[in-house]
Amino acid sequence: MQPNAFEPLFYQFHFYLFSLIAIASAVLFVTRKSPVAAAMWLVNVMFCLAALYVLLDAQFVAAMQVLVYAGAIMVVFLFVVMLLNLGHPSELGADIRQGWGRLLAGFLALVMVAELFVLWRAPIRWQLTLPAAETASQPNATGGVIGAIAGPMFKEYLLAFELTSVLLLAAIIGAVVLGRKSGGADAR
Amino acid sequence: MLAESLVLSAVLFAIGVIGVLTRRNAIILFMCVELMLNAVNLSFVALSRLYGATGQVFVIFVMTVAAAEAAVGLAIIIAIFRHRQSVNLQNINLLRG
Repeated sequence: MQPNAFEPLFYQFHFYLFSLIAIASAVLFVTRKSPVAAAMWLVNVMFCLAALYVLLDAQFVAAMQVLVYAGAIMVVFLFVVMLLNLGHPSELGADIRQGWGRLLAGFLALVMVAELFVLWRAPIRWQLTLPAAETASQPNATGGVIGAIAGPMFKEYLLAFELTSVLLLAAIIGAVVLGRKSGGADAR
Repeated sequence: MLAESLVLSAVLFAIGVIGVLTRRNAIILFMCVELMLNAVNLSFVALSRLYGATGQVFVIFVMTVAAAEAAVGLAIIIAIFRHRQSVNLQNINLLRG
């Protein structure tokens, strides 16, 4: 597929619509004081990204985005916010940095975006880097959308897959040990 | 749509960096890290249209690592909160000389 192939207006309209909603939600997310409001805007960003994944022919990743990110991870965040009672006004005081910190952050972000625009404008010879025709947007007849992901995942990246499961196990144990009331330094 | 996706990815990543540098609430810092991971995922998915489904496999891995990181990180934040009664990074200054 060519990078600049013709796309229907309908497709483009929704792509830009969800992109703009995502950026606006992200800005609101960074500027909200209340952690709960920030988390809600972040969930909105994640839903928009899921819609963009569907537009980019990655339906399985879009479903995972909604289930894992917007569902599981953000629920954990909100649960901790609730558990620690962070919506309390005394916690909201000096949350956002003023002055130099803000200037430095804006400057760094501008540098990063400018860097990307330079990269975008730089001529990249797609033909030299493109491998042969196989793309994810044309799912093979037997596997469908998920089969196109499951193939490489359980063949070429099987070791990484198994290591990820070990990582998850370690994370579960670590979270339980760290979260225990009478653990670590308290017990001594 | 590849170029637009990459630009959106960079903008979201930059917003996440701004959040990490300007916020002092540890939980919101973690959420900004999640936003940055999401931005990287978007560029993976956009490039997987050109280079085959391997990019989407990496997105799945990134999601798994993000889930593990959120679990352990939030457990650490809860442990810190028990000691300091705060998640504001200004009050967590044990390593400052």
